[in-house]
Amino acid sequence: MSLQEELQGLPPAKLVVDHVFKWFRQKRQMVHALDDISLEVEEGEFIVIVGPSGCGKSTLLDIIAGLEKPDKGRVLADNQPVLAPGRHRLVMFQESALFPWLNAFGNVMFGLKLKPGLRNRERREVAKFFLHLVGLEKFMEANVHELSGGMKQRVALARALAPNPRVLLMDEPFAALDAMTREQLYGDIQQIWQKRRKTIIFVTHNVREAACLADRVVIMTPTPGRIREIFEVNLPRPRDFNSIEIARHASKLTAALKGYLAPELAVSVE
Amino acid sequence: MRRFLLAILFFVALAAIWAALVKAKIWSPVLLPSPRSVGQYLIGALHDGTLVQATEVTLRRLLLGYFLGLAIGLPLGLLTASFKFAEDTIGVLALGLQTLPSVCWVPLALLWFGQTEGAMLFVVIMGTVWSVIIATDTGVRTIPPIYARAARTMGSRHFHKWTHVILPASLPFLVSGMKQGWAFAWRSLMAAEIFVTILTGFGLGHLLHYGRELNAMDQVIGVMLVIVVIGLLADKILFSPWERFLHRRWGTGRT
Repeated sequence: MSLQEELQGLPPAKLVVDHVFKWFRQKRQMVHALDDISLEVEEGEFIVIVGPSGCGKSTLLDIIAGLEKPDKGRVLADNQPVLAPGRHRLVMFQESALFPWLNAFGNVMFGLKLKPGLRNRERREVAKFFLHLVGLEKFMEANVHELSGGMKQRVALARALAPNPRVLLMDEPFAALDAMTREQLYGDIQQIWQKRRKTIIFVTHNVREAACLADRVVIMTPTPGRIREIFEVNLPRPRDFNSIEIARHASKLTAALKGYLAPELAVSVE
Repeated sequence: MRRFLLAILFFVALAAIWAALVKAKIWSPVLLPSPRSVGQYLIGALHDGTLVQATEVTLRRLLLGYFLGLAIGLPLGLLTASFKFAEDTIGVLALGLQTLPSVCWVPLALLWFGQTEGAMLFVVIMGTVWSVIIATDTGVRTIPPIYARAARTMGSRHFHKWTHVILPASLPFLVSGMKQGWAFAWRSLMAAEIFVTILTGFGLGHLLHYGRELNAMDQVIGVMLVIVVIGLLADKILFSPWERFLHRRWGTGRT
């Protein structure tokens, strides 16, 4: 594998979630976390899963990542069943999950070092390339605690992109950031996605974020976690988070979510 | 530089107060020798080699026992943090024995090993191992689970996970545990050396003991000074660089 190929990127993967069920055992009862989830994700598609907390969207992401096993059903990545975490599906978490014992460069190198078929010199080149891509080439030697929240998530993004995965799984990666930083990252992530062509599954509870980023928005509702509706967002890119078009789509999503949640909310008020 | 000078000044002042007390003749010079006579003892003992030899003997025992203690304690701590069975057995044992002052091992060691190097080694290891187990265990347990999850998605597992994630992530706890283990080992070795004469080597503890036997207060204070200096140096050489690294990386503590 040459360095050049490594930096060009592999074709993105197709994902199939096939009738997935998941239950969790809590103290006294079983919680039905996911109920018959089926979803097909095309190569290079940007999917955003939206739903209130407890709707199982993070669990679904964990199952696609291979961190959790479904109780029924299966997940296919390029027609291969997902049985364990794999290098082709990397995850970005809400807290950056950067390792404090390594500096920014060391964090990006972590996944690369676990990837066979590269020489160390090439790994360093790749790490530099991706730190440059997220605009942090000047902070290679920085310790994790010296980075701002937004910078940490950029390093986490570089770390997830560097081993050249075909799928990027993002679990509310911007939820803990301030509004300004977040809006900048919406721009960055769209740009990087267009440059690198990954299949992305992005989980959030922010409908506007969903409208801004997604090709398709998947709406989930809790108890048990179900997919209720899938919206297509056919807007040109790059999209501006503050545009009226995005707001219009977001309010459509909100209305749909409220529609599904209203009967349940009424019950909980009683 | 200014800090250094101030520190020097402080210690010079201490010595001056000491000298003044001796001059005032409140206590007999047998009980409180002058700084000069302690200095003379130290120089003499350095010249005839007793001090160097004793320091060598003591440090050999200490380092050997300490590193054996680490080699035993570290994996056991990883075990107790990972397996319920180990936690309920070795974990409880470590917790109990850590509260036992390590001097209490001396009588047992003497009966088991006799007046041998083995007894010394045993006491030092017992002083080290339990606190290292407990520190490792705590360190591993306090690692945020997200580190292991993130590492798993990148393909880290089994041995790699232990060496590249779990151990470095618990490093702050490990270092403080190792430091505590060092302090316990040092104390227990001194106690053992003062207690027991071992013919294969006279350590600093023995010098202290014979100082008392001979009523040689200059020797007693001189050896005590050497013991303090060794403790200080160990801290500065063995642990300070680690702690500085940890503070810088993790962003904890003063800078």
